[in-house]
Amino acid sequence: MKQFIRKTWVIAEFEIRKILHDPTEVLLRAVQPALWLLIFGQVMARTRMLPGKNYLDFMSPGILAQSVLFVSIFYGIAIIWERDLGLTHKFLATPTPRIALVLGKAISAGVRCVPLMIIIYILAAMLQVNIVWNLINIIGVIFLLLFGAILFSTFSLIIACLVKTRERFMGIGQIMTMPLFFASNAIYPISIMPEWLKVISHFNPLTYMIDGMRLLMIGTASDFSLLTDYMVLSVASILMVLIGGTLYKRVII
Amino acid sequence: MAILETKKLTRKFGDFIAVDSLDINIQAGETFAFLGPNGAGKTTVIKMLTTLLPASSGEGFICGFNIKTEPNKVRSMIGYVPQLISVDGTLTGIENLLLFAQLYDIPSNECKPRVLDALDFMGLKEVAKNPVHEYSGGMIRRLEIAQSMLHHPPILFLDEPTVGLDPIACKTVWDHIQQLKKEFNTTIIMTTHLMDEADHLCNRIAFMSRGKIVACGTPIELKDSIKKENGTLEDAFIYYTSETLSNETSYRNISRDRKTAKKLG
Repeated sequence: MKQFIRKTWVIAEFEIRKILHDPTEVLLRAVQPALWLLIFGQVMARTRMLPGKNYLDFMSPGILAQSVLFVSIFYGIAIIWERDLGLTHKFLATPTPRIALVLGKAISAGVRCVPLMIIIYILAAMLQVNIVWNLINIIGVIFLLLFGAILFSTFSLIIACLVKTRERFMGIGQIMTMPLFFASNAIYPISIMPEWLKVISHFNPLTYMIDGMRLLMIGTASDFSLLTDYMVLSVASILMVLIGGTLYKRVII
Repeated sequence: MAILETKKLTRKFGDFIAVDSLDINIQAGETFAFLGPNGAGKTTVIKMLTTLLPASSGEGFICGFNIKTEPNKVRSMIGYVPQLISVDGTLTGIENLLLFAQLYDIPSNECKPRVLDALDFMGLKEVAKNPVHEYSGGMIRRLEIAQSMLHHPPILFLDEPTVGLDPIACKTVWDHIQQLKKEFNTTIIMTTHLMDEADHLCNRIAFMSRGKIVACGTPIELKDSIKKENGTLEDAFIYYTSETLSNETSYRNISRDRKTAKKLG
Protein backbone atom coordinates (compact mmCIF):
# COMPACT_ATOMS: atom_id res chain seq x y z
CA MET A 1 0.00 0.00 0.00
CA LYS A 2 2.86 2.35 0.91
CA GLN A 3 4.47 1.59 -2.46
CA PHE A 4 1.17 2.23 -4.21
CA ILE A 5 0.77 5.66 -2.61
CA ARG A 6 4.41 6.53 -3.25
CA LYS A 7 4.21 5.64 -6.93
CA THR A 8 0.87 7.35 -7.45
CA TRP A 9 2.36 10.50 -5.97
CA VAL A 10 5.54 10.20 -8.09
CA ILE A 11 3.47 10.09 -11.28
CA ALA A 12 1.36 13.05 -10.13
CA GLU A 13 4.41 15.01 -8.93
CA PHE A 14 6.21 14.81 -12.27
CA GLU A 15 3.05 15.71 -14.18
CA ILE A 16 2.79 18.78 -11.93
CA ARG A 17 6.44 19.63 -12.63
CA LYS A 18 5.61 19.57 -16.34
CA ILE A 19 2.84 22.12 -15.77
CA LEU A 20 5.27 24.31 -13.82
CA HIS A 21 7.87 24.09 -16.62
CA ASP A 22 5.30 25.27 -19.16
CA PRO A 23 2.16 26.83 -17.66
CA THR A 24 1.01 28.32 -21.00
CA GLU A 25 -1.63 25.67 -21.61
CA VAL A 26 -3.18 26.03 -18.17
CA LEU A 27 -3.37 29.79 -18.51
CA LEU A 28 -4.88 29.63 -22.00
CA ARG A 29 -7.50 27.25 -20.66
CA ALA A 30 -8.76 30.11 -18.49
CA VAL A 31 -9.90 32.09 -21.53
CA GLN A 32 -12.98 29.95 -22.10
CA PRO A 33 -14.49 30.18 -18.59
CA ALA A 34 -13.65 33.90 -18.60
CA LEU A 35 -15.75 34.33 -21.78
CA TRP A 36 -18.62 32.34 -20.31
CA LEU A 37 -18.65 34.46 -17.17
CA LEU A 38 -17.93 37.86 -18.70
CA ILE A 39 -20.14 37.61 -21.80
CA PHE A 40 -22.68 34.79 -21.52
CA GLY A 41 -23.13 35.31 -17.77
CA GLN A 42 -23.52 39.08 -17.95
CA VAL A 43 -26.03 38.88 -20.81
CA MET A 44 -28.06 36.08 -19.26
CA ALA A 45 -28.14 37.96 -15.95
CA ARG A 46 -30.27 40.59 -17.71
CA THR A 47 -32.93 38.06 -18.72
CA ARG A 48 -34.02 37.47 -15.12
CA MET A 49 -34.23 33.76 -15.87
CA LEU A 50 -34.18 32.99 -12.15
CA PRO A 51 -36.59 35.38 -10.45
CA GLY A 52 -35.23 36.76 -7.18
CA LYS A 53 -31.81 35.22 -7.77
CA ASN A 54 -28.57 36.60 -9.12
CA TYR A 55 -27.84 34.58 -12.28
CA LEU A 56 -24.07 35.15 -12.02
CA ASP A 57 -24.16 33.67 -8.50
CA PHE A 58 -25.97 30.66 -9.89
CA MET A 59 -23.72 30.26 -12.89
CA SER A 60 -20.20 30.70 -11.43
CA PRO A 61 -19.95 27.25 -9.79
CA GLY A 62 -21.37 25.78 -13.02
CA ILE A 63 -18.61 27.41 -15.04
CA LEU A 64 -15.96 26.18 -12.62
CA ALA A 65 -17.30 22.63 -12.98
CA GLN A 66 -17.51 23.08 -16.75
CA SER A 67 -13.83 24.05 -16.86
CA VAL A 68 -12.92 20.95 -14.86
CA LEU A 69 -14.96 18.85 -17.30
CA PHE A 70 -13.38 20.39 -20.40
CA VAL A 71 -9.81 20.13 -19.10
CA SER A 72 -10.29 16.53 -17.93
CA ILE A 73 -12.31 15.10 -20.79
CA PHE A 74 -9.51 15.80 -23.28
CA TYR A 75 -6.90 14.27 -21.00
CA GLY A 76 -7.06 11.05 -23.01
CA ILE A 77 -5.35 12.78 -25.90
CA ALA A 78 -2.25 13.16 -23.68
CA ILE A 79 -2.36 9.40 -23.09
CA ILE A 80 -2.44 8.74 -26.85
CA TRP A 81 0.35 11.29 -27.31
CA GLU A 82 2.50 9.53 -24.67
CA ARG A 83 1.77 6.20 -26.34
CA ASP A 84 2.85 7.57 -29.71
CA LEU A 85 6.03 8.92 -28.15
CA GLY A 86 6.90 5.66 -26.38
CA LEU A 87 6.60 6.86 -22.76
CA THR A 88 3.65 4.59 -22.04
CA HIS A 89 5.67 1.51 -23.07
CA LYS A 90 8.34 2.59 -20.66
CA PHE A 91 5.92 3.19 -17.77
CA LEU A 92 4.29 -0.19 -18.32
CA ALA A 93 7.65 -1.99 -18.30
CA THR A 94 8.38 -0.77 -14.75
CA PRO A 95 7.14 -2.61 -11.65
CA THR A 96 4.42 -0.01 -11.07
CA PRO A 97 0.78 -0.95 -10.42
CA ARG A 98 -1.32 0.11 -13.42
CA ILE A 99 -3.84 1.70 -11.07
CA ALA A 100 -1.09 3.89 -9.59
CA LEU A 101 -0.15 5.09 -13.10
CA VAL A 102 -3.77 5.93 -13.90
CA LEU A 103 -4.57 7.54 -10.55
CA GLY A 104 -1.35 9.59 -10.56
CA LYS A 105 -2.20 11.02 -13.95
CA ALA A 106 -5.80 11.67 -12.88
CA ILE A 107 -4.65 13.56 -9.77
CA SER A 108 -2.42 15.72 -11.96
CA ALA A 109 -5.47 16.53 -14.11
CA GLY A 110 -7.06 17.81 -10.89
CA VAL A 111 -4.02 19.92 -10.03
CA ARG A 112 -4.20 21.36 -13.55
CA CYS A 113 -7.67 22.66 -12.66
CA VAL A 114 -6.62 24.49 -9.47
CA PRO A 115 -5.19 27.56 -11.28
CA LEU A 116 -8.47 27.71 -13.23
CA MET A 117 -10.36 27.68 -9.96
CA ILE A 118 -8.29 30.61 -8.67
CA ILE A 119 -8.91 32.59 -11.87
CA ILE A 120 -12.65 31.85 -11.77
CA TYR A 121 -12.86 32.90 -8.11
CA ILE A 122 -11.09 36.18 -8.95
CA LEU A 123 -13.33 36.86 -11.97
CA ALA A 124 -16.44 36.00 -10.00
CA ALA A 125 -15.37 38.35 -7.21
CA MET A 126 -14.85 41.11 -9.80
CA LEU A 127 -18.40 40.49 -11.06
CA GLN A 128 -19.63 40.86 -7.48
CA VAL A 129 -20.71 37.26 -7.16
CA ASN A 130 -21.57 36.48 -3.52
CA ILE A 131 -18.77 34.03 -2.83
CA VAL A 132 -18.48 32.36 0.58
CA TRP A 133 -14.92 33.24 1.58
CA ASN A 134 -14.55 30.50 4.12
CA LEU A 135 -11.42 28.29 4.08
CA ILE A 136 -13.34 25.09 4.84
CA ASN A 137 -15.75 25.79 1.97
CA ILE A 138 -12.87 26.54 -0.41
CA ILE A 139 -11.13 23.29 0.59
CA GLY A 140 -14.46 21.51 0.06
CA VAL A 141 -14.63 22.96 -3.48
CA ILE A 142 -11.06 21.81 -4.16
CA PHE A 143 -11.99 18.25 -3.15
CA LEU A 144 -15.05 18.30 -5.41
CA LEU A 145 -12.84 19.60 -8.21
CA LEU A 146 -10.28 16.82 -7.60
CA PHE A 147 -12.93 14.10 -7.60
CA GLY A 148 -14.49 15.56 -10.74
CA ALA A 149 -11.13 15.77 -12.50
CA ILE A 150 -10.18 12.21 -11.49
CA LEU A 151 -13.56 10.96 -12.67
CA PHE A 152 -13.65 12.68 -16.05
CA SER A 153 -9.94 12.36 -16.87
CA THR A 154 -10.04 8.63 -16.18
CA PHE A 155 -13.23 8.35 -18.23
CA SER A 156 -11.29 10.07 -20.99
CA LEU A 157 -8.35 7.68 -20.52
CA ILE A 158 -10.72 4.73 -20.84
CA ILE A 159 -12.06 6.11 -24.13
CA ALA A 160 -8.46 6.67 -25.34
CA CYS A 161 -7.56 3.06 -24.48
CA LEU A 162 -10.53 1.86 -26.50
CA VAL A 163 -10.32 4.09 -29.60
CA LYS A 164 -6.48 4.36 -29.64
CA THR A 165 -6.12 7.06 -32.32
CA ARG A 166 -6.08 10.83 -31.91
CA GLU A 167 -8.53 11.42 -34.75
CA ARG A 168 -11.20 9.11 -33.34
CA PHE A 169 -10.61 10.42 -29.85
CA MET A 170 -11.09 14.05 -30.88
CA GLY A 171 -14.39 13.15 -32.54
CA ILE A 172 -15.63 11.28 -29.49
CA GLY A 173 -14.37 13.98 -27.11
CA GLN A 174 -16.51 16.54 -28.91
CA ILE A 175 -19.53 14.24 -28.75
CA MET A 176 -19.05 13.65 -25.01
CA THR A 177 -18.56 17.14 -23.64
CA MET A 178 -21.65 19.02 -24.76
CA PRO A 179 -24.26 16.39 -23.75
CA LEU A 180 -22.61 16.10 -20.31
CA PHE A 181 -22.65 19.89 -19.99
CA PHE A 182 -26.21 20.44 -21.22
CA ALA A 183 -27.60 17.52 -19.22
CA SER A 184 -26.37 19.14 -16.02
CA ASN A 185 -27.39 22.02 -13.80
CA ALA A 186 -24.40 24.17 -14.89
CA ILE A 187 -26.20 27.07 -16.54
CA TYR A 188 -29.86 26.36 -15.72
CA PRO A 189 -31.50 24.65 -12.73
CA ILE A 190 -32.84 21.10 -12.90
CA SER A 191 -36.30 22.45 -11.96
CA ILE A 192 -36.79 24.14 -15.35
CA MET A 193 -35.62 21.13 -17.41
CA PRO A 194 -38.11 19.01 -19.37
CA GLU A 195 -38.91 15.77 -17.54
CA TRP A 196 -36.78 13.51 -19.77
CA LEU A 197 -33.73 15.73 -19.25
CA LYS A 198 -34.33 15.82 -15.49
CA VAL A 199 -34.04 12.02 -15.45
CA ILE A 200 -30.83 12.06 -17.48
CA SER A 201 -29.31 14.83 -15.34
CA HIS A 202 -29.66 12.60 -12.27
CA PHE A 203 -27.36 10.04 -13.91
CA ASN A 204 -24.79 12.70 -14.81
CA PRO A 205 -21.96 12.98 -12.24
CA LEU A 206 -21.34 16.57 -13.36
CA THR A 207 -24.71 17.50 -11.80
CA TYR A 208 -23.49 16.35 -8.38
CA MET A 209 -20.19 18.17 -8.69
CA ILE A 210 -22.01 21.41 -9.53
CA ASP A 211 -24.58 20.84 -6.80
CA GLY A 212 -21.85 20.52 -4.17
CA MET A 213 -19.87 23.44 -5.57
CA ARG A 214 -22.95 25.68 -5.56
CA LEU A 215 -23.55 24.95 -1.90
CA LEU A 216 -19.94 25.48 -0.87
CA MET A 217 -19.01 28.36 -3.19
CA ILE A 218 -22.19 30.46 -3.06
CA GLY A 219 -24.00 29.01 -0.06
CA THR A 220 -27.30 28.49 -1.86
CA ALA A 221 -29.47 25.50 -1.02
CA SER A 222 -28.60 22.46 -3.13
CA ASP A 223 -30.84 19.83 -4.73
CA PHE A 224 -28.97 16.96 -3.10
CA SER A 225 -27.12 16.73 0.21
CA LEU A 226 -23.37 17.41 0.22
CA LEU A 227 -22.86 13.84 1.41
CA THR A 228 -24.75 12.55 -1.66
CA ASP A 229 -22.60 14.71 -3.93
CA TYR A 230 -19.35 13.42 -2.43
CA MET A 231 -20.59 9.83 -2.40
CA VAL A 232 -21.62 9.85 -6.05
CA LEU A 233 -18.37 11.47 -7.15
CA SER A 234 -16.09 9.28 -5.05
CA VAL A 235 -17.80 6.00 -5.97
CA ALA A 236 -17.83 6.95 -9.67
CA SER A 237 -14.14 8.00 -9.48
CA ILE A 238 -13.07 4.74 -7.83
CA LEU A 239 -15.00 2.78 -10.43
CA MET A 240 -13.41 4.71 -13.30
CA VAL A 241 -9.87 4.34 -11.86
CA LEU A 242 -10.38 0.57 -11.46
CA ILE A 243 -11.62 0.23 -15.05
CA GLY A 244 -8.88 2.59 -16.31
CA GLY A 245 -6.22 0.56 -14.47
CA THR A 246 -7.41 -2.59 -16.21
CA LEU A 247 -7.60 -1.03 -19.67
CA TYR A 248 -4.46 1.17 -19.59
CA LYS A 249 -2.18 -1.58 -20.93
CA ARG A 250 -4.41 -1.95 -23.99
CA VAL A 251 -3.44 1.46 -25.33
CA ILE A 252 -0.10 0.09 -26.60
CA ILE A 253 -1.45 -3.07 -28.22
CA MET B 1 21.35 -21.51 -16.10
CA ALA B 2 19.78 -19.51 -18.88
CA ILE B 3 18.88 -15.96 -17.86
CA LEU B 4 16.22 -15.88 -20.55
CA GLU B 5 14.36 -18.81 -21.98
CA THR B 6 11.31 -19.16 -24.18
CA LYS B 7 9.34 -22.29 -25.02
CA LYS B 8 7.19 -22.17 -28.15
CA LEU B 9 6.43 -18.49 -27.49
CA THR B 10 3.78 -17.41 -29.99
CA ARG B 11 1.80 -14.24 -30.66
CA LYS B 12 -1.05 -14.02 -33.09
CA PHE B 13 -2.96 -10.93 -34.24
CA GLY B 14 -6.17 -12.40 -35.62
CA ASP B 15 -5.04 -14.90 -38.24
CA PHE B 16 -1.62 -13.32 -38.59
CA ILE B 17 1.16 -15.08 -36.69
CA ALA B 18 3.62 -12.35 -35.69
CA VAL B 19 5.86 -14.65 -33.63
CA ASP B 20 5.75 -18.35 -34.32
CA SER B 21 6.79 -20.94 -31.67
CA LEU B 22 9.95 -19.16 -30.62
CA ASP B 23 12.49 -21.22 -28.66
CA ILE B 24 15.48 -19.28 -27.42
CA ASN B 25 17.95 -19.72 -24.65
CA ILE B 26 20.20 -16.82 -23.62
CA GLN B 27 22.99 -17.10 -21.05
CA ALA B 28 23.95 -14.40 -18.54
CA GLY B 29 26.42 -11.88 -19.93
CA GLU B 30 25.56 -12.46 -23.59
CA THR B 31 24.80 -9.69 -26.04
CA PHE B 32 22.12 -11.14 -28.27
CA ALA B 33 20.48 -9.54 -31.28
CA PHE B 34 17.32 -10.28 -33.19
CA LEU B 35 18.08 -9.22 -36.72
CA GLY B 36 15.40 -9.11 -39.34
CA PRO B 37 13.50 -7.04 -41.84
CA ASN B 38 10.65 -4.79 -40.70
CA GLY B 39 7.64 -6.86 -39.77
CA ALA B 40 9.72 -9.95 -38.96
CA GLY B 41 8.39 -10.01 -35.40
CA LYS B 42 11.43 -8.61 -33.53
CA THR B 43 9.57 -5.90 -31.63
CA THR B 44 6.70 -8.28 -30.84
CA VAL B 45 9.20 -10.66 -29.21
CA ILE B 46 10.63 -7.84 -27.12
CA LYS B 47 7.15 -6.65 -26.13
CA MET B 48 6.22 -10.12 -24.93
CA LEU B 49 9.46 -10.55 -23.00
CA THR B 50 9.06 -7.14 -21.36
CA THR B 51 5.48 -8.10 -20.31
CA LEU B 52 3.87 -5.41 -22.47
CA LEU B 53 2.10 -7.86 -24.71
CA PRO B 54 0.58 -11.15 -23.57
CA ALA B 55 1.69 -14.21 -25.50
CA SER B 56 -1.02 -16.13 -27.37
CA SER B 57 0.64 -19.38 -26.35
CA GLY B 58 3.95 -20.74 -25.10
CA GLU B 59 6.03 -19.59 -22.17
CA GLY B 60 8.86 -17.23 -21.36
CA PHE B 61 11.14 -17.01 -18.34
CA ILE B 62 13.40 -14.18 -17.28
CA CYS B 63 15.80 -14.86 -14.38
CA GLY B 64 13.54 -17.83 -13.68
CA PHE B 65 10.36 -15.75 -13.43
CA ASN B 66 7.43 -16.52 -15.70
CA ILE B 67 6.52 -13.53 -17.90
CA LYS B 68 2.85 -14.42 -17.71
CA THR B 69 2.34 -15.30 -14.05
CA GLU B 70 5.02 -13.14 -12.39
CA PRO B 71 5.08 -9.98 -14.52
CA ASN B 72 6.03 -7.61 -11.69
CA LYS B 73 9.08 -9.69 -10.74
CA VAL B 74 10.10 -9.77 -14.40
CA ARG B 75 9.69 -5.98 -14.62
CA SER B 76 12.10 -5.38 -11.74
CA MET B 77 14.68 -7.64 -13.42
CA ILE B 78 14.71 -5.80 -16.74
CA GLY B 79 15.58 -2.46 -18.23
CA TYR B 80 13.83 -1.55 -21.45
CA VAL B 81 14.58 1.09 -24.06
CA PRO B 82 11.70 1.09 -26.55
CA GLN B 83 12.22 1.95 -30.18
CA LEU B 84 10.15 5.08 -29.70
CA ILE B 85 11.21 7.90 -27.40
CA SER B 86 10.72 7.14 -23.73
CA VAL B 87 11.79 10.35 -22.05
CA ASP B 88 9.65 13.42 -21.53
CA GLY B 89 10.81 16.47 -23.47
CA THR B 90 9.35 18.97 -21.00
CA LEU B 91 11.27 17.56 -18.02
CA THR B 92 15.02 17.93 -17.48
CA GLY B 93 17.44 14.99 -17.76
CA ILE B 94 17.67 14.73 -13.95
CA GLU B 95 13.89 14.83 -13.55
CA ASN B 96 13.37 12.10 -16.15
CA LEU B 97 15.77 9.84 -14.27
CA LEU B 98 14.42 10.70 -10.81
CA LEU B 99 10.92 9.78 -11.96
CA PHE B 100 12.02 6.34 -13.10
CA ALA B 101 14.36 5.78 -10.14
CA GLN B 102 11.29 5.95 -7.93
CA LEU B 103 9.19 3.78 -10.23
CA TYR B 104 11.96 1.16 -10.09
CA ASP B 105 11.70 1.04 -6.26
CA ILE B 106 15.11 2.52 -5.54
CA PRO B 107 15.06 3.71 -1.88
CA SER B 108 14.41 7.49 -1.65
CA ASN B 109 17.80 8.37 -0.17
CA GLU B 110 19.65 6.51 -2.92
CA CYS B 111 17.70 7.99 -5.85
CA LYS B 112 19.64 11.22 -6.28
CA PRO B 113 23.19 9.73 -6.06
CA ARG B 114 22.17 6.88 -8.39
CA VAL B 115 20.75 9.36 -10.91
CA LEU B 116 23.85 11.57 -10.81
CA ASP B 117 26.11 8.52 -11.28
CA ALA B 118 24.03 7.37 -14.25
CA LEU B 119 24.18 10.81 -15.88
CA ASP B 120 27.94 10.92 -15.35
CA PHE B 121 28.38 7.39 -16.74
CA MET B 122 26.46 8.27 -19.90
CA GLY B 123 28.33 11.56 -20.37
CA LEU B 124 25.30 13.74 -19.72
CA LYS B 125 26.41 15.51 -16.55
CA GLU B 126 26.81 18.88 -18.27
CA VAL B 127 23.26 18.91 -19.67
CA ALA B 128 21.56 17.25 -16.71
CA LYS B 129 19.55 20.33 -15.81
CA ASN B 130 18.48 21.19 -19.35
CA PRO B 131 15.04 20.24 -20.62
CA VAL B 132 15.27 17.13 -22.76
CA HIS B 133 13.74 18.81 -25.83
CA GLU B 134 17.10 20.61 -26.14
CA TYR B 135 19.04 17.30 -26.35
CA SER B 136 20.42 15.80 -29.57
CA GLY B 137 19.22 12.38 -30.77
CA GLY B 138 22.31 10.60 -29.41
CA MET B 139 21.97 12.31 -26.03
CA ILE B 140 18.31 11.27 -25.81
CA ARG B 141 19.23 7.64 -26.50
CA ARG B 142 21.95 7.73 -23.86
CA LEU B 143 19.53 9.26 -21.37
CA GLU B 144 17.04 6.50 -22.14
CA ILE B 145 19.69 3.85 -21.56
CA ALA B 146 20.68 5.55 -18.29
CA GLN B 147 16.99 5.60 -17.31
CA SER B 148 16.68 1.86 -17.93
CA MET B 149 19.82 0.98 -15.98
CA LEU B 150 19.08 2.92 -12.77
CA HIS B 151 18.05 -0.19 -10.87
CA HIS B 152 21.04 -2.16 -12.27
CA PRO B 153 18.88 -4.85 -13.91
CA PRO B 154 20.51 -8.12 -14.98
CA ILE B 155 18.90 -7.82 -18.44
CA LEU B 156 18.62 -4.79 -20.70
CA PHE B 157 16.32 -4.80 -23.74
CA LEU B 158 17.17 -2.35 -26.51
CA ASP B 159 14.69 -2.11 -29.36
CA GLU B 160 16.50 -0.61 -32.36
CA PRO B 161 18.81 1.49 -30.15
CA THR B 162 20.35 3.54 -32.95
CA VAL B 163 17.41 4.02 -35.32
CA GLY B 164 17.49 7.54 -36.72
CA LEU B 165 20.94 8.42 -35.37
CA ASP B 166 23.87 9.69 -37.43
CA PRO B 167 27.04 7.50 -37.53
CA ILE B 168 28.87 9.51 -34.86
CA ALA B 169 25.94 9.40 -32.45
CA CYS B 170 25.61 5.65 -33.18
CA LYS B 171 29.25 5.11 -32.30
CA THR B 172 28.88 6.97 -28.98
CA VAL B 173 25.78 4.93 -28.10
CA TRP B 174 27.62 1.69 -28.96
CA ASP B 175 30.61 2.72 -26.82
CA HIS B 176 28.33 3.39 -23.90
CA ILE B 177 26.53 0.06 -24.31
CA GLN B 178 29.89 -1.72 -24.24
CA GLN B 179 31.04 0.22 -21.18
CA LEU B 180 27.81 -0.69 -19.45
CA LYS B 181 28.36 -4.33 -20.18
CA LYS B 182 31.89 -4.18 -18.85
CA GLU B 183 30.88 -2.40 -15.65
CA PHE B 184 27.70 -4.32 -14.74
CA ASN B 185 28.00 -7.53 -16.81
CA THR B 186 24.49 -6.83 -18.08
CA THR B 187 22.91 -9.28 -20.49
CA ILE B 188 21.85 -7.23 -23.50
CA ILE B 189 19.08 -8.26 -25.83
CA MET B 190 18.56 -6.01 -28.80
CA THR B 191 16.74 -5.80 -32.08
CA THR B 192 18.21 -4.11 -35.08
CA HIS B 193 18.26 -4.18 -38.82
CA LEU B 194 21.73 -2.72 -38.98
CA MET B 195 24.31 -5.40 -39.82
CA ASP B 196 27.19 -3.29 -38.51
CA GLU B 197 25.54 -2.82 -35.20
CA ALA B 198 24.89 -6.52 -34.69
CA ASP B 199 28.36 -7.49 -35.91
CA HIS B 200 30.04 -4.90 -33.71
CA LEU B 201 28.15 -5.49 -30.48
CA CYS B 202 26.79 -9.02 -30.33
CA ASN B 203 28.07 -12.44 -29.30
CA ARG B 204 25.11 -14.14 -30.86
CA ILE B 205 22.60 -13.19 -33.53
CA ALA B 206 19.24 -14.67 -34.46
CA PHE B 207 17.95 -13.92 -37.96
CA MET B 208 14.20 -13.55 -37.84
CA SER B 209 11.84 -13.81 -40.72
CA ARG B 210 8.05 -14.07 -40.70
CA GLY B 211 7.99 -14.60 -36.94
CA LYS B 212 10.50 -17.43 -36.92
CA ILE B 213 14.20 -17.74 -36.21
CA VAL B 214 15.70 -18.91 -39.50
CA ALA B 215 19.31 -18.99 -38.29
CA CYS B 216 21.10 -18.40 -35.00
CA GLY B 217 24.76 -18.29 -34.05
CA THR B 218 27.81 -16.12 -33.50
CA PRO B 219 28.48 -13.57 -36.26
CA ILE B 220 31.39 -15.73 -37.47
CA GLU B 221 29.29 -18.91 -37.52
CA LEU B 222 26.59 -17.17 -39.51
CA LYS B 223 29.05 -15.75 -42.02
CA ASP B 224 30.75 -19.16 -42.42
CA SER B 225 27.48 -21.01 -42.75
CA ILE B 226 26.72 -19.59 -46.18
CA LYS B 227 29.98 -20.96 -47.62
CA LYS B 228 30.85 -17.81 -49.51
CA GLU B 229 34.36 -16.46 -49.68
CA ASN B 230 34.69 -13.30 -47.57
CA GLY B 231 30.98 -13.53 -46.83
CA THR B 232 29.66 -10.71 -44.71
CA LEU B 233 26.87 -10.70 -42.18
CA GLU B 234 24.78 -8.92 -44.79
CA ASP B 235 25.34 -11.78 -47.23
CA ALA B 236 24.25 -14.23 -44.56
CA PHE B 237 21.22 -12.12 -43.77
CA ILE B 238 20.15 -11.99 -47.42
CA TYR B 239 20.83 -15.72 -47.78
CA TYR B 240 18.53 -16.58 -44.89
CA THR B 241 15.80 -13.98 -45.27
CA SER B 242 15.73 -12.97 -48.94
CA GLU B 243 12.45 -14.74 -49.67
CA THR B 244 10.66 -12.45 -47.31
CA LEU B 245 12.36 -9.13 -47.85
CA SER B 246 9.78 -7.63 -50.16
CA ASN B 247 6.21 -6.55 -49.34
CA GLU B 248 6.60 -7.37 -45.66
CA THR B 249 6.59 -3.88 -44.24
CA SER B 250 3.35 -2.43 -43.06
CA TYR B 251 2.32 1.22 -43.15
CA ARG B 252 2.37 1.22 -39.35
CA ASN B 253 5.99 0.00 -39.14
CA ILE B 254 7.23 2.47 -41.72
CA SER B 255 5.39 5.30 -40.02
CA ARG B 256 6.81 4.34 -36.61
CA ASP B 257 10.39 4.14 -37.92
CA ARG B 258 10.15 7.46 -39.69
CA LYS B 259 8.59 9.18 -36.69
CA THR B 260 11.35 7.95 -34.39
CA ALA B 261 14.01 8.93 -36.92
CA LYS B 262 12.47 12.40 -37.24
CA LYS B 263 12.30 12.93 -33.48
CA LEU B 264 15.87 11.80 -32.89
CA GLY B 265 17.34 13.47 -35.93
